[in-house]
Amino acid sequence: MNELHRIANKLRAVALGVDYWTVRVVEQVHESLAVRDDVAEPAALGSSMGAMVTVVEGAGIGYGASSDLTPAGMQRAFSQARAAAALHARLGLFDARLQPRSRFRATYRASVAEGWETLPTEAKLELLFDACARLDIDPRIVERAAWLEHRRVQQVLITSDGGDVAQHWEYVHCGLAATAHADGQTQTRRGGGADSAGQGGLERIAAAGFVEHAERVAAEAVALVEAPECPCGRRDLILLPSQMTLQIHESIGHPLELDRILGDERNYAGTSFVTPDMFGSYRYGSDLLNVTFDPAVPGELASAVADDDGTPAEPVHLIRNGLLERPLGGLLSQRRAGLPGTANARACGWDRPPIDRMANINLEPGEGTLADLIARVERGVLMDTNRSWSIDDSRNKFQFGCELGRLIEDGELRGLVRNPGYRGISAAFWRNLDGVAGPEALEVRGVRNCGKGEPGQSVYVGHASPPCLFRDVEVLGGGL
Amino acid sequence: MNRDAFFRLTDRLVSGLRGPEVLFARLGTEDSGFVRLSRNRVRQAGNVHHAALGLTLIDGRRQVDGDCDLCGDFDSDTASAGRLLERLREHLAHVPDDPYLTFSETPSESERVLGADLPADAEAIACLTGLAEGLDLVGIWAGGDLGEGLASSLGHRHWHQSSSFNLDWSCYLDRDKAVKGSYSGFDWRPEALAERLDRQRPLLEIMRRPERRIAPGGYRAYLAPAAVQELMDMLAWGGFGLKDHRTRQTPLLALAEQQQRLHPSLSIVEEHARGLASGFTPEGFVKPRAVPLIEAGHFGRCLVDARSAGEYGETVNASAEYPESLAMAPGDLDPDRIAERLGTGLYIGNLWYCNWSDRNACRITGMTRFGSFWVENGEPVAPVAVMRFDDSLYRLLGDRLEGLTSERELILSAETYDGRSTDSYLLPGALVGEIALAL
Repeated sequence: MNELHRIANKLRAVALGVDYWTVRVVEQVHESLAVRDDVAEPAALGSSMGAMVTVVEGAGIGYGASSDLTPAGMQRAFSQARAAAALHARLGLFDARLQPRSRFRATYRASVAEGWETLPTEAKLELLFDACARLDIDPRIVERAAWLEHRRVQQVLITSDGGDVAQHWEYVHCGLAATAHADGQTQTRRGGGADSAGQGGLERIAAAGFVEHAERVAAEAVALVEAPECPCGRRDLILLPSQMTLQIHESIGHPLELDRILGDERNYAGTSFVTPDMFGSYRYGSDLLNVTFDPAVPGELASAVADDDGTPAEPVHLIRNGLLERPLGGLLSQRRAGLPGTANARACGWDRPPIDRMANINLEPGEGTLADLIARVERGVLMDTNRSWSIDDSRNKFQFGCELGRLIEDGELRGLVRNPGYRGISAAFWRNLDGVAGPEALEVRGVRNCGKGEPGQSVYVGHASPPCLFRDVEVLGGGL
Repeated sequence: MNRDAFFRLTDRLVSGLRGPEVLFARLGTEDSGFVRLSRNRVRQAGNVHHAALGLTLIDGRRQVDGDCDLCGDFDSDTASAGRLLERLREHLAHVPDDPYLTFSETPSESERVLGADLPADAEAIACLTGLAEGLDLVGIWAGGDLGEGLASSLGHRHWHQSSSFNLDWSCYLDRDKAVKGSYSGFDWRPEALAERLDRQRPLLEIMRRPERRIAPGGYRAYLAPAAVQELMDMLAWGGFGLKDHRTRQTPLLALAEQQQRLHPSLSIVEEHARGLASGFTPEGFVKPRAVPLIEAGHFGRCLVDARSAGEYGETVNASAEYPESLAMAPGDLDPDRIAERLGTGLYIGNLWYCNWSDRNACRITGMTRFGSFWVENGEPVAPVAVMRFDDSLYRLLGDRLEGLTSERELILSAETYDGRSTDSYLLPGALVGEIALAL
């Protein structure tokens, strides 16, 4: 962090004559290893470092971002930010004096039990070859893959008001995929941590069951090509946490983003069926629906001490007992909308400015087990692991697909079904929530490809949820 | 970093190679102005300057890839690149032989510089907001310079540079009632922008009419070129790559195995020579001018990147196994008489958020979005509430395809996730006898 502070402090010499400035210096290092069909893919490693300078001058705000961290480069970034602020002052949507000014000083460091470097490259490759070989269980398997990735992000945010927030995130991702084919039908099953990303070190490999799950993952891929299509029609639906992640993300997280509600995202990511008047009174779901913004969950993907405007991050309820309480909006959006919000002005890297994003958006547990939920279903389908997602631009009409389904009849799990999917309307779907399993069934997961913004930004977002039961949902299968 | 500095940097790195080591160096540079707009006012304005170096170090059959950012100061950048090279060398000792290692061993050179007449960001935005006064315009201006270089220890020297702008917007009436527009290219002409905005105004007037709600079911429809682009983006996701075909994961497997066919009027080509993307691959291969992907409804050839070429014994014809410069052959429908040909049905201006509902059946689900109207007896009569479709391309571009327009639209991608995209499309509109709406 010393080097990042040294770079950030270069701005002090040039950032003169403006009302407020911030500089956010970000360094990322990454490494990836993969084995596919028992052959090592090319190893990749690297780094990126740059600075985002933000200037507020009068009624304008602008930014300049650069990988040129020399004094001349920082001067140029500052000048460009100032020119952009002048444009905003002349033709801006809002008065930039609404921009929050931060004096917050704090540090955050991800908990890492086993550092990436503690395991030699040969040992990591050996692990990957082992896992990949374990996927080779049947001649119908047509592709096998195992991967291991490391990413370390260090960020320093300095503000002209004395703010200084230093954060260090670290991630190890692992995963497996097996693809089976027979009689014109191809099915892919993933596992071993493929969809359960989080912060931490190599200890995450064992926690994900990376090697142990290989045979099951491959066996399920083979079983899926032989399985019947998921039936079509209205049935009860149990979603495992591996699909709840996506359900929460698309039909709670995105519609609650305040910049969407304000209209900023209408040209690309879209708007929201949620309107400002709904906060405090709108019934978003059944009494069982409790959703929080919680940046303090250890190991969850987006845990942090502050957002990228330097606003301290605190846990808050977004939806309590089914009632909508507050949107996901950073301080600037809160002031523009006159609504409360969260510390979620986030940027994907040094080359993009902060916008309203999800961070950790979690569905709080209820009580009981997955078996208890299944026992309450007379005719339904259980779905596991998202593979397809589509939702309208106001985040209402959705259709999602999963890798694996199981029929439920008279309170018991029955056979496997392939190409399971379901569709519905957010505003009605959550009101049919009729069961939320307890804390023992809660899983902390997330997505690593949440896309939004102009210019585009892809960020990590955490989601925790137990399995949930929904009544009377339109389910569907595949085929022409 | 410019062309000469990049080649000089590579020479410096090459001079430090040991024994049989081979080095490929790639440079990507971007100087972009980005201005977001909402309600015809500036929401967020700024600039991004980025230079990134990629290296592939090869020794025998082993290879390692790496990347780092550059600052523009030659000595500092040479030191950064040298440190990266040393890390790759250390790493290389620990990785096994790669049986699919494939790179061009024949030196080649090229240079392509696409100049432009670009306004300053502030000038472009003042022009736009002035012309759009009274409209609720939301969107983004992205403009500036992009550079891409490739050099190797074997003597490859390639340089591709372009300056361009891309203005991508929509004009809203209320909630989801909007029409989409874009103006992109190399030579900024305010009158061309004014013309595009003027074309949107009558469509917005139709949008003011009471919304038509339609029930799920099958509907006759016209898909404008921007809607066809969304379908092509789905096919780009695994439809044409050799690896996807050999591992039987392509959504076009039934087409490739001749169990299905698309309409005889459908031909799709990857037009490397037309597009904005560079003409070389990261491994030093020169792309062919074109690759026929679908010919008269039958599957043509796959896109083959260097790795798949090594694995499956084919010839490299692409940087990556998805199209960057896709073109669909035109048909014979008069674009000025589309509403008349449609008769009664849906005019779909744009599709949105498509995904596979079943890849095996080449079945896609997605939403209608901007500029979609209900047409009756050849006249647009009302906007339609957004609808979800769930249908197979074997139908939409197969037995239900009634025709393609005789004129095509050049669409420059407005995507900016990993820097400003150089992808482009040349597409007609498509008239289909029926599209299945599900929700």
